[in-house]
Amino acid sequence: MAKCPECAAELDLAPDTVVAEILVCPDCGVELEVLSVDPVELDLAPEVEEDWGE
Amino acid sequence: MQEERTDGEVMVGILGSRVRVEEKLLYDALDERGATFKRFDSRKVAFELDNSSTAGAPTGDGLECLQTCDAVLVRCLSHSRAYYLTRWLEGAGISAVSPHQSIATCGDKALTSAALREAGVPIPNTRIAFTQDAALKAIEEMGYPVVLKPLFGSWGRLLARINDRHAAEAILEHKKTLGDYTHGVFYIQQYVEKPGRDIRSFVVGDETIAAIYRSSPHWITNTARGGGATNCPVTPEIDRLSRAAAEAVGGGVVAVDLLEDSDGSLLVSEVNHTPEFRNSIDTTGVDIPRRIIDYVLEVAMNGKSGR
Repeated sequence: MAKCPECAAELDLAPDTVVAEILVCPDCGVELEVLSVDPVELDLAPEVEEDWGE
Repeated sequence: MQEERTDGEVMVGILGSRVRVEEKLLYDALDERGATFKRFDSRKVAFELDNSSTAGAPTGDGLECLQTCDAVLVRCLSHSRAYYLTRWLEGAGISAVSPHQSIATCGDKALTSAALREAGVPIPNTRIAFTQDAALKAIEEMGYPVVLKPLFGSWGRLLARINDRHAAEAILEHKKTLGDYTHGVFYIQQYVEKPGRDIRSFVVGDETIAAIYRSSPHWITNTARGGGATNCPVTPEIDRLSRAAAEAVGGGVVAVDLLEDSDGSLLVSEVNHTPEFRNSIDTTGVDIPRRIIDYVLEVAMNGKSGR
């Protein structure tokens, strides 16, 4: 169980969650990056930058 | 995830930052193949260019073993990071997939167009101008509508379809004030009257493994912008143009965007060096991540340069 750093909603992480994965908070919709899985640590995901893409 | 290899095994690196659905599928494919691999986060890399004794080994968490990899699959979201890191990897004798030449060419639409034209791959009528006056003159000569695209960028961002001179004047002025000097290089492309869809093909090495139609009522059909994906049979012509386009830019693992012109001919509009494919696996029935990983393992085993 982890808390969204934006809205404090409680999130259940899937067991196959990995570091650097991006989650979307189901309550506030903000994108979160998984910094650590044990213990679970979340932070707001970086904003998309201009040179990002395929 | 395995990280320790035994004698004779190859070591694969995956270099990226954000882990999207695609990266998780690639990790799964590596596990299914029993491959030894390690993940690297491009945000933690700092590499030296002036230390010949260590070949500029990158520093940071676990990055010292980047040099032990036989091949590195580059999945950076950031073009600039992929651009420099593939250059460093290849300088250190490590095969990058996709290779630096492909990253450098695909990341810049002007260089992509030049490479495609030189290889005889059909592309839409395209002009590049460096001032607003020259761009406006080019647009008027090409005829409306045209599309202005940023040299760098993806996911359909900052594309502008221009239908008349008033819009052209406004967009050119706005682009000039965006702040980044690259927006002052005007990449102008004829608008192709495509039939509500375009085609994206996936080329892995020298094989076109799958293709999808991307359909949308909007003229921007990127699936990242809501375009729907359906299977597109890989015809001999799609296969030929896709492989030619991939080879022209430098090869590796790329996605080729093709437009169907009103006369039925195909034009290659863009090539993408780090393709997203989550919407194309069930759609095509092709296990794209497995095909990518099999290619990376082949590159690692053969010591090829990702081509």
